[in-house]
Amino acid sequence: MDQDYKKITKASQVKGIVRKVVTYAFLGICALVVLFPFYWMVLTSIKSFSDYNGEMVPKLFTLRPTLENYITAFREVELGRYMINTVIFASVTTIVMVIVAVLAAYAFARLNFKGKDLLFTLFLSLMIIPNELVIITNYVTIVNLNLRNTYTGLIVPSIMSVFYIYLLRQTFMQVPDELYYAAKVDGTTDFNYLLKVLVPIARPTLVSILILKVIECWNSFVWPRLITTNSKYYLVSNAIEEIKSNGFGRENIPAMMAAVVIVSVPLLVIFLVFRKQIMTGVSRSGIKG
Amino acid sequence: MLEKNNLKAWLYLLPAIILIGVFMVYPLVDVIVYSFEESYSFVSQSYNGIGLYNYRFVLRDPYFLKSIKNTFLVVIITVPLSTVIALLMAVALNSIKPLQKLFQTIFFLPYVTNTIAVGLVFMIIFDETPYSIGFANLVLKLFSLGPIDFIDGPYAAKMFVLCFYIIWVVMPFKVLILLSALQSVKKDYYDAAMVDQASKFTIFSRITVPIISPYISYLVITGFIGAFKQYNDAVALFGTDLDSQGMNTIVGYVYNMLYNETGGYPSYASSAAIILFVIVLTITVINLMVNKKVVHY
Repeated sequence: MDQDYKKITKASQVKGIVRKVVTYAFLGICALVVLFPFYWMVLTSIKSFSDYNGEMVPKLFTLRPTLENYITAFREVELGRYMINTVIFASVTTIVMVIVAVLAAYAFARLNFKGKDLLFTLFLSLMIIPNELVIITNYVTIVNLNLRNTYTGLIVPSIMSVFYIYLLRQTFMQVPDELYYAAKVDGTTDFNYLLKVLVPIARPTLVSILILKVIECWNSFVWPRLITTNSKYYLVSNAIEEIKSNGFGRENIPAMMAAVVIVSVPLLVIFLVFRKQIMTGVSRSGIKG
Repeated sequence: MLEKNNLKAWLYLLPAIILIGVFMVYPLVDVIVYSFEESYSFVSQSYNGIGLYNYRFVLRDPYFLKSIKNTFLVVIITVPLSTVIALLMAVALNSIKPLQKLFQTIFFLPYVTNTIAVGLVFMIIFDETPYSIGFANLVLKLFSLGPIDFIDGPYAAKMFVLCFYIIWVVMPFKVLILLSALQSVKKDYYDAAMVDQASKFTIFSRITVPIISPYISYLVITGFIGAFKQYNDAVALFGTDLDSQGMNTIVGYVYNMLYNETGGYPSYASSAAIILFVIVLTITVINLMVNKKVVHY
């Protein structure tokens, strides 16, 4: 009896260990697949041009790391300018978007007006309209207004996001009505109530939205490509695409990889700093990115 | 009851309404109009007549048909595969304690990368050039296979790389959503199942999957929509001239008609975009109908 019991516990223990080993092995392989491209891009970027081209079969490490490709990346292509362009584009777009969205969400959540439900339904139904459908006319509009190769042309059509208005409205709605009435009794104006009470309460949501929009802007490719023909206004995605087809020549792959590293680093840093906010933000709002 | 505050409310809404009106509602109407205007010209802003000519042209254009084929292949391959792999990863993540946070962070990395930039890395890994066989072929060599040129070679190889990269890109979002779904399942259910001596597999298929099925269905629906609108990843791997590579997608076709060397045909672009929208809408409605039967809310 006692022996049987021991046997059973032992068997289940072995089973548990096997299961653990398999689980960790599986996760390890997945992690390897995720990380490998990052390793490869850093590795290639620190191989010298002649080293890289001398390897018919690529080596998995290098003993002679060099930073020359990074210098080439900044010197032969105006990567610094493209990065600054993207920072301007991302920050202005994001800030204006948040202001517009907060105001609209406040009206939907707190104010009462004629046609509110109808308007809100219309807003919601716009969420199913894919960007690809409206981008055609927006492109024509911007070209006709002569706003190609301007920050205005890049930024203004990129501001709107119906989804974020919806998300903020939901957050504002969770704030109890009593707070609003108390503020009203104290003679607080609507605008002050929004600024001093709602915005601080909704801070976690706002931070998530801010970061997610910045990521979206940093990675946007199609719109900047349509709107910028002058390389003075290129964003990083256009720049990478441009580098690929004309830049350092198709052969200078190490320099290309250096540019890719430079472009990827800012977002990775933002991610590591705001890891928690980003991950909860994405899982709570379900934004695909 | 809140007091009525018409003027103030509209003031708060004004910036949003202007932006949405000019850059979403007007374009929506306009694109439908464009799609019916025959041979609309950018330069003279005139057209010949109203009709279905643009749709007929697009539907007969071999490039468009090729784009449709590519897009459907991408959808059929990547949506089920990425969902199943993500589910496996999330379940594995959920079952461990040590290193869970680390793995979670690693798996999320592709979400915060510039897909155009990292696509270039994938291109380098899979490309076979006269002076380098590339990493992918190095691996194939270990199994005495290859070399295959995945970037300029056979169609199947190119499609493989594209799907592989797309799955790599969409994985973080799916794993994150599924993991938080799994973590929200109450422990009581599992305890009850343990008392009944249910096997691990039974617990998974009879308890876990039904409980998280709304999340799975959300991922499948957004996955379908995202895959149908695939473009950036293809550009990252094969460059902007996707037609000559035979790897164009529907969205790529729209942009080529609008812009690029082949561009200047907003009418054709509009028709193609509307066809895409109709496809996506149909698939989404079908999805929702299927989900109603399968998903437990």
